[in-house]
Amino acid sequence: MIDFLFFPGLLFSSVCGMLASFIDRKLTARIQWRKGPPLLQPLYDLVKLFGKETIIPAQASKALFLLLPLISVSAVALFAILNGVIVKSSVAPFSGDLFVAIYLMIVPAVCLILAAGISGNPLAIVGASREMKLVLSYELPFILALLVAVIKSHGEIVITGIMSYQAYTAPFLFSLSGALAFLAAIICLVAKLGLVPFDAAEAEQEIIAGVLVEYSGFSLAMFKLSKMMMLFVYPMFLIKLFWHNACGSVIGDVMVFALKYFVVLLIIVLIRNTNPRLRIDQSVKFFWTYVFGISLLAVIFAFIGL
Amino acid sequence: MSENEKDKKTTIIPIGPYHPLQEEPEFFELHVEGEKVIKLDITLGYNHRGIEKMAESMHYDQVAFLVERVCGICSASHPFAYVNAVEDLADIVIPDRAKYIRSIIGELERLHSHLLWLGLAGHFLGYNTVWMWAWKYREPVLDICERITGNRNHYAMFKIGGVRKDILNADIAGIWKMCDELIKPLEMFRGAVMDDPVIHARTKGVGILTKQEAIDWCLLGPTVRASGVAIDVRRDDPYAAYNMVDWKVIVTENGDVFDKAMVRILEMLESVKIIKGCLEGLKKTKEGEIDAKVKSIPAGEGIGRHEAPRGEVFHYVRGDGTNRPARHKIRAPSYMNVPSNQISAIGGTISDAAIVLAAVDPCYCCTERCAVIDTRTKKKILSGEDLVRLSQQRTKDIISGVWKPK
Repeated sequence: MIDFLFFPGLLFSSVCGMLASFIDRKLTARIQWRKGPPLLQPLYDLVKLFGKETIIPAQASKALFLLLPLISVSAVALFAILNGVIVKSSVAPFSGDLFVAIYLMIVPAVCLILAAGISGNPLAIVGASREMKLVLSYELPFILALLVAVIKSHGEIVITGIMSYQAYTAPFLFSLSGALAFLAAIICLVAKLGLVPFDAAEAEQEIIAGVLVEYSGFSLAMFKLSKMMMLFVYPMFLIKLFWHNACGSVIGDVMVFALKYFVVLLIIVLIRNTNPRLRIDQSVKFFWTYVFGISLLAVIFAFIGL
Repeated sequence: MSENEKDKKTTIIPIGPYHPLQEEPEFFELHVEGEKVIKLDITLGYNHRGIEKMAESMHYDQVAFLVERVCGICSASHPFAYVNAVEDLADIVIPDRAKYIRSIIGELERLHSHLLWLGLAGHFLGYNTVWMWAWKYREPVLDICERITGNRNHYAMFKIGGVRKDILNADIAGIWKMCDELIKPLEMFRGAVMDDPVIHARTKGVGILTKQEAIDWCLLGPTVRASGVAIDVRRDDPYAAYNMVDWKVIVTENGDVFDKAMVRILEMLESVKIIKGCLEGLKKTKEGEIDAKVKSIPAGEGIGRHEAPRGEVFHYVRGDGTNRPARHKIRAPSYMNVPSNQISAIGGTISDAAIVLAAVDPCYCCTERCAVIDTRTKKKILSGEDLVRLSQQRTKDIISGVWKPK
């Protein structure tokens, strides 16, 4: 329970998520010649939303409408535990295998789709259909990319196992297949996080807030919080799978990890700021051809042993 | 709705009257099947201000300031067309120096308006970096405007018979240098739009208006020039200094959003060329000869046209010998361009519609006012006088060269 609520679950990943969100916003602002928000802005945003009224649409199922944001946040928090502490591999004896991870990673997207569906707003439904198409298009390449880590560690599906394998040999990222898989996984991650160029589900200029258009107050804050937590937890997961090396001391490990995380975040921020939004049909095509191709290639290389 | 239509399960996606896409009140009702737009209803007229009627109660000189307030972005286009109309009515010939200055103001406005559009187009595509960058590089243009006229918008430069403020020959070198510095970012934007594969994917072949459609719907400005129709009032019915300098009309053939963007970007480079030509011309004329000193306006009719950034602005003025117009009629280009969305947006997706609706550059005629208030004491921190003082200080800084763009 303490794992779930404090460390490395809800509280820790929320705080880190807000920090990540701040870095994302600040970097974005600097790229765009703006000043950017103060450090606590993500927190202010959430606190402001907590104080606002939550309006439930008349035709929506009340319980589900309020529950879905909470499910989304808990799923990410659970995923954070699974991911374990930064330094140690994981606290719980059940160190979590990739299948659980993959399921937990889909939960926020499913919550969004359901939430948009039951809110009954035509804009939200357009958003939901886009999100659904996006999930269908990025899941397969993403799973294929993760498969590379499994193949390279000779059939290890427990996250800690994959990490210790890398610690003994070398990070997978420094092999051809690992690098390709990492690239494909990062592109899928941008889509999972709902950032430009794959943010069609929330395209404000087209369908206002899309899936979230009927949400307000506490429930909206929960969805926003889960997005922020995802921004921290998901890249962390990828780093563990593909770019793990232990350097001995605890402080050193944390520093190295933070540096790696910053690099991955920087890549995501750069992708998001140097591209216009793709249409949903273009996104689907992109994932099913290019990203799928890269992942498949990575899997083949991994089998050959490159 | 007929049975047949019900079976198709069309949904209505509203864009407007207030929507993140359109900062001004316009209402587009998209009838969609899934994501495909099959029908578009346009409702306009949320923002009626009775400007034509007001013009009839003011004297001729006041109207020039009034029509400047039709729109915040094309605030030089309306007075430009209006003074053309009155000069047509009264057969006034204006001095060459005033012609050059008018053209300079007209082209500066085109520059900042097109940059504004480019930024918004980026924003509508979800490309906020382009949005911020375009608006950053719009600032130097506004600095030039401020240096010449004293204002960023609403220049108050046009008067019947000439212009109200001269550009001193001593200032020409400085303005020339500022214009030179614009070319680099403009070339950068040209490269960024032409080379970016994702921009191509989003804009090429989207919202196509064929040449015939463009002619049938009487479209104007960059919207029609992107469809291969070479009309431009500046060339077809020369006024001010446009036939005294060297420039060319930009025309592209495909009529899609990409071409509309390209036309605007290339036009900006032409605008810089026109401004430089006019600055050269200024050197040949005598300082201070900027006014034809008009005494009275006779009875009669006059027509004035100006190629605004969005297309031809048309003003009609009828005088009855008194000091105020008996009838004043304005036709803005967006009035002609916006209905064309009914063909260009059909068949695309909602995502396409967002950029197609914006591609005609509908004119935003709202301006914001600001008051900075201390929430504890409820006192205004910056009063109106403070803001005026601040803006005047900045103008002085720009003119004296102290001001450095951040």
